[in-house]
Amino acid sequence: MRARAFRSLSRAMFLGFVRDRGAMIFTILIPVIFLVLLGSIYKSSGTPQVTVVEVGKVSLLDRAAGQGRLSQILKITKSRSLSAAVNDVRQGDDDAVIQQRGDTLVVRYSIADQVTAGVVSTVFASIVQQANQQAAGRPAAFRLTSRQVEDKSLKPIQYLAPGLLGWAIASGATFGAAITLVSWRENKLLRRLRLAPASAASVFGARIAVSMLVALVQLAVFLALATTPYFGLKLTAYWWMAIPIVASGTMAFLAIGLLVGAVARTQQAATSIANLIILPMAFLGGAFVPLNFAPAWIQEVSYALPLRYLVLGMQDVMARGDGPAAALPAIGLLLGIAAALILISVRVFRWDQI
Amino acid sequence: MPAAISVSDIRKSYGDLRAVDGVSFEVTPGEFFGILGPNGAGKTTTLEIIEGLRQADAGEATVLGMPAWPRNRALLPRIGVQLQASAFFERLTAREQLGTFTSLYGVPAGRVDEMLHVVGLTDKAGTRTEKLSGGQAQRLSIACALVHGPDVVFLDEPTGALDPQARRNLWDLLRGISAEGRTVVLTTHHMDEAEILCERVAIMDHGKILRIGPPAALIRALDFPTRITVESGPPAAEARAAMPGDEVTDDGLSLAIVTRDPARALGWLADRGALAGLQVRGGTLEDVFLQLTGREYRA
Repeated sequence: MRARAFRSLSRAMFLGFVRDRGAMIFTILIPVIFLVLLGSIYKSSGTPQVTVVEVGKVSLLDRAAGQGRLSQILKITKSRSLSAAVNDVRQGDDDAVIQQRGDTLVVRYSIADQVTAGVVSTVFASIVQQANQQAAGRPAAFRLTSRQVEDKSLKPIQYLAPGLLGWAIASGATFGAAITLVSWRENKLLRRLRLAPASAASVFGARIAVSMLVALVQLAVFLALATTPYFGLKLTAYWWMAIPIVASGTMAFLAIGLLVGAVARTQQAATSIANLIILPMAFLGGAFVPLNFAPAWIQEVSYALPLRYLVLGMQDVMARGDGPAAALPAIGLLLGIAAALILISVRVFRWDQI
Repeated sequence: MPAAISVSDIRKSYGDLRAVDGVSFEVTPGEFFGILGPNGAGKTTTLEIIEGLRQADAGEATVLGMPAWPRNRALLPRIGVQLQASAFFERLTAREQLGTFTSLYGVPAGRVDEMLHVVGLTDKAGTRTEKLSGGQAQRLSIACALVHGPDVVFLDEPTGALDPQARRNLWDLLRGISAEGRTVVLTTHHMDEAEILCERVAIMDHGKILRIGPPAALIRALDFPTRITVESGPPAAEARAAMPGDEVTDDGLSLAIVTRDPARALGWLADRGALAGLQVRGGTLEDVFLQLTGREYRA
């Protein structure tokens, strides 16, 4: 009978969640929109091509462009009017104007963007120098060869996906638990359940089961989306360790939600308190701002926030290729936070509004 | 026969407020019992102590021979409690709602359709509870309280915000529950409802029971005058002369006689053939209630 009570309570809660459009939007759709938007914005943030307007015929440039690699750096368009081309540079539409007057190459560029300006002046200096060497007919005294180092730094999708997923799981679990508890207290369902021979364990167990299921759905949706070729997340060998991390993270935030639900008297209060906890944590705990790029004080604050362990734990096993053992401290910490908060919530829990 | 409910000298205080201040009564098995009282009289706290939701500071409440406190998992399946029409799982249909309660009580799922039929909601089985009318939601919440076939049923203001048709419809349902031999305890603000449904009522105020007994006996005990009205016609002055001591008024529409000797007044009117539009109104439970608890408004 206890198993049946647990099953039917889980089913009732799950149906209540799935049929709640607001909750679905909040827990699934909004995080996905964030991932799509931020993923698309940061995706194209490589070194941009420098756009150059060629006015009249520039034989040096044409010869250099024929040699291949220059086209990766420069995008060359042609124009007849010098003044129009210069105006485009002034407006920021193009990066440089190039013109040849006899033996002199004239480059006009803006220094509004210093990186681009540096690229422009370096590229043209080297084109002129190579041309001079060839004109002198001597082989170069020194030669430069380059070899690429394997890129260990994270691509945006590798921190965006775990970060936003961490935020989605944290808010889903916290709000789910808090709102259920408060609304059931408000409409006296909690009291009604107390008058039925169901145990408190089956009521809370059902809430945990539903939150776990929701979190795993969030994980699946995020992985499915982030690993598409468009976003290009490559999962590393032990990505499945993210499942126990998600489960323990859900427990930790469920416990925060239970505490909020035990303290708050109305749904509005519960929503406000949960927002006050989750939103700053999303910024300070590495969900919205990757901790690697965050100021030192945020990195220090983040040690006190459960979201840090959820986000970095997922990042380590999903994107950085760490082994299963690397996830254990995060799992332990999250479960510890959950246990401590559940103990407190049980002490302050009220069945009734009085 | 042992009492279905036995309450002896229970007390409960919240700070300085004595919410329940020495209440004792018994309800016999199969009885339809009402607890009446103005807001803040202590009815709800009394009921909560009997249901086992609250511990009394002193005294004892037993239900079906078992102590109500602490929460007793053996007793809970034998009592059914209807709290209010909104105590439902969100966004479930009427059938899913009842289905969840059958599993909580370990009752066969077949009971769901049977209960829907009993409360007349078969047509609404697939409707979400948020979409039910007030009366339908109230009947569903009663179905949830009855789904496990309890011996004792507690109903807390079941007709609170219903229109007259829905109230009468619900009364039939409640009479049916009582006719099945269940003990029913009802709290209500509606005196007509208590007078019609309850075999015995307890009138409470300030945490104490003021009167307890069958409604008719309580009404008779207070010896209210009878109010007789007919269409205006017979001169009021003659009526006053013929019936000294009675209060006679005529507002141009009706002649009203308030009397302790209704036979004399009715005889006098009949002799004059002046019985058109006759209404005779004795005391009601509401008169008893107002006399006992006072007429002043309490928020």
